Amino acid sequence: MKENNRPLELNPGTFLESPDTASRQVLKKALTAAFPHTIPVLTGFTFLGIAYGILMDSKGYGVGWTFLMSLFAFAGSAQYVAITFLTSVFNPLYALLMTLMINARHLFYGLSLLDKYKNMGRLKPYLIFGLCDETFSIVCSAEPPAGVNKKWFVFFITLLDHCYWVLGSVLGGLLGSMIFFNTQGLDFVLTALFVVIFLEQWKSQKNHKPAIIGVLCSAICLLVFGPGNFIIPSMAAILLVLTLLRKQLAEEDGK
Amino acid sequence: MTLTPGQTLIIICMVTLGTVITRFLPFILFQNNKNQNAYITYLGKVLPYAVIGMLVVYCLKGVNFQSPANWLPAAIAIVCIVMLHYWKSNTLLSIGGGTVIYMFLVQAVF
Repeated sequence: MKENNRPLELNPGTFLESPDTASRQVLKKALTAAFPHTIPVLTGFTFLGIAYGILMDSKGYGVGWTFLMSLFAFAGSAQYVAITFLTSVFNPLYALLMTLMINARHLFYGLSLLDKYKNMGRLKPYLIFGLCDETFSIVCSAEPPAGVNKKWFVFFITLLDHCYWVLGSVLGGLLGSMIFFNTQGLDFVLTALFVVIFLEQWKSQKNHKPAIIGVLCSAICLLVFGPGNFIIPSMAAILLVLTLLRKQLAEEDGK
Repeated sequence: MTLTPGQTLIIICMVTLGTVITRFLPFILFQNNKNQNAYITYLGKVLPYAVIGMLVVYCLKGVNFQSPANWLPAAIAIVCIVMLHYWKSNTLLSIGGGTVIYMFLVQAVF
């Protein structure tokens, strides 16, 4: 009896050591730490989500469909393009291939976070599922303050961003085309978010070559291939240049 | 609705599947090697910086130089973000300030 009871005895330290069973306190702390980082996304996703819901509604797809799409696909640009799949001849294979093309940039997010997400335990599948552009960029740059559980911090950034998108698009679907104020240009908030994260990374690093390579390769590919087709060539160019400069960059990094 | 509910559901599944594949593939391919390949480790170190650069360009893909209205608002807003950020180092201030300036420019000036 005594032996059996022992593992059930809990003390506060247990929660810190087994991060998958977090106490309310740990969760609350992580949520409070994560929320401020997601405020720009809250703004951007509410607006873009509403616009998406309105667009879906205008094509005859009610709020239920918008909800399902935003909840499961959770990929802004792919969802916008998917409206064209929903309004033309039924072609699931084309829809799959187009989505793979549009979302190919996510492959790089995974490669960048292999290490950071290595020990995320049972939260990991959801963290990867919810790895959109915005969540990726925040996770890349934001570090939890001391005393905040890192797994739950990343989890809440992912979950909050996911919720903003789903709620925003559902709101759009419900509102139809009622508009409260002139929102033209509000979508720039996400561009601003990426610019600021770029600056944060710039300030934190001595070696700016990877950042410059990313901007230059993409800008050149944008000029050469045009706005519709430049992401995959950009990814190839970035990989090529980083691979060619590996020895140099690895040395400068001190490794 | 152009498609039937069944067809719509299949399209939603396809878009979900496409997204899930691109998000999970790197983890499935590279996570299980205990002794991670040095090249992949190197990429994991340098890629985040290059990818954020790519994302900035991706957001600006609609910009073109046919008329000042097509690029000047974004250019001014980004310069303001850079200045604000080096001045105050406050993420929300930089993002909010840049967005407000951009909205003002596209709505009232250009």
